[in-house]
Amino acid sequence: MSAASGTRRERFANKRLLLAAAVAALLLIAAIIAALAIGRFPISPGDIAAIVWAKFTGGAHGLPATAETVLFQIRGPRVIAALMVGAALAAAGAAYQNLFRNPLVSPDILGVSSGAALGATLGIFLSLDLWWIQGFAFAFGLGAVAAVYFIGQAVRGHDPILVLILAGVVIGALLGSVLALLKYLADPYNQLPAITFWLLGSLAATNPADIATTFVPVLLGLVPLWLLRWRMNLMALGDEEAKALGINVTRLRLAVIAAATLMTAAVVSISGIVGWIGLLVPHFARLLAGPNFARLLPVSVLLGAAFLLLVDTLARTVSRIEVPLGVLTAFIGTPFFIWLLATARRSWQ
Amino acid sequence: MKLAVENLSFGYPGKRVGAGVSLALDAGEVMCLLGPNGGGKTTLFKTILGLIPAQGGNVRFGDTPFDRLSRAEVARIAGYVPQAHSGYFPFSVFDVVLMGRAAHLGPFSMPGKRDREIARAALATIGIERLADSIYTRISGGERQMVLIARALAQEPRVLIMDEPTASLDFGNQVRVLERIQRLARTGLAIVLSTHDPDQAFLVADRVAMLHEGRLVRFGPPAETITPESLKLVYGVDIAVMEIAAAGDARRVCVPALAPR
Repeated sequence: MSAASGTRRERFANKRLLLAAAVAALLLIAAIIAALAIGRFPISPGDIAAIVWAKFTGGAHGLPATAETVLFQIRGPRVIAALMVGAALAAAGAAYQNLFRNPLVSPDILGVSSGAALGATLGIFLSLDLWWIQGFAFAFGLGAVAAVYFIGQAVRGHDPILVLILAGVVIGALLGSVLALLKYLADPYNQLPAITFWLLGSLAATNPADIATTFVPVLLGLVPLWLLRWRMNLMALGDEEAKALGINVTRLRLAVIAAATLMTAAVVSISGIVGWIGLLVPHFARLLAGPNFARLLPVSVLLGAAFLLLVDTLARTVSRIEVPLGVLTAFIGTPFFIWLLATARRSWQ
Repeated sequence: MKLAVENLSFGYPGKRVGAGVSLALDAGEVMCLLGPNGGGKTTLFKTILGLIPAQGGNVRFGDTPFDRLSRAEVARIAGYVPQAHSGYFPFSVFDVVLMGRAAHLGPFSMPGKRDREIARAALATIGIERLADSIYTRISGGERQMVLIARALAQEPRVLIMDEPTASLDFGNQVRVLERIQRLARTGLAIVLSTHDPDQAFLVADRVAMLHEGRLVRFGPPAETITPESLKLVYGVDIAVMEIAAAGDARRVCVPALAPR
């Protein structure tokens, strides 16, 4: 895709993409520095640089040891987790939206998040370790999206977008009631507070070991999506046309759903339910980068990471007690969803 | 190489649309499929292409049965031009045409320089290079139809299957599409198209197939198949077939006989 061989529009689109990527990258760097600096124990950007430099060179930075602990043990892992969760949810959202040809679907609306949350809660309930919690989250998330998809296929004669969303709501409600049952059965002193707080969405409990465990499945989901980036565009034509052009639609859809669900489940296992990212971010990315998935995916990843990091920084600094992440994203996401519902068809043309 | 459809039954689960359809078409030939609304023309095309499973019979190209081929292998033999609709994402025309290269690319590959050249050549063949940078969702219906034909050409198929390529086009665009069809056939492509207008069959077709209640009632050269009797059978109205002198050439046209006022 060299600029020289492209059409006029492509050269223009390439410039626009570079601009979008540059804006997103700058936003991201600013967000990272702010997130590392701000908090109950403020560290100036200069001090951050000194500590990181000292760590790499093995020298001394002459700052209190607390600063280093806060940076590497508490804030650093949390920043990385926020970046990872935001990037994964946004990428999964972009993939689902292209796959279902529907601007209103996202991991939370398709029931993937609730399914993954139920699986993960079951894991916590049974006191399993993180690998198992993620495995459960993946299996239940996949089950949920499969159920929603098949309901959408089976119910005909209605607006397919509406059916898909309603199926997501219904399956989400069902999973929610099972979740309520688990909470009812959980030990009210040890398990219940952990489950409840985690369900609201939070990165407060992130530790470096979780990050390593989550990074692998996120990467395993992201790499196939990137490799399939051109084919993803053909899915936008509808099943029959994609087939007629030589695409094995069933296999491609299965691969993309598996990849996107794996990423969602992996991050839900460490962050709990953080809604709306997967809906909101790909939409803005599309406004910036256009519908081509090869451009949409990287811009979604950058924007998602930056956005969640900002929200998480806000969540832990806006008041003396930490505001749950899911609550904040819902405050931003709900009005956005209503606006999108009113304008989606137009904005996709 | 011949496209052969043998004793094909087609329809949807629990609903048979047609049966016993046999057709054959050589390279460089144009076949027109005529039939009333809802007569199963689109279903037949989709079954030939393997987009919906056949309920019986088979489709072969040369000695190769389609049902033993992968989707990509079928797509390298047969290109499909669906009826133009606007329900796409706002991709550029060039990107839409480039999608025709999918059957020639592995699952993880991106279209390369050669693919882009082929897509550009397809645009040139159809005469719409100027549209390359336009947004597909913002061009006219006639232009969209041309883009979909160009996309099928970028697929480099041996057979082109076109579902009512002139439907919803104005008269000028209809004629332009028919001219392209004729020119493409001369390059050795076998072309199957469905149409509502039997006159188009007289203009471009080497063979005509007439579908009535899911059965093939006529199959042969236009002059032998399109007769007042067959038109009455298929469409249920009286139509006269007349010979006129057009451009120094004798040509047949269909003239509907309206009930006297």
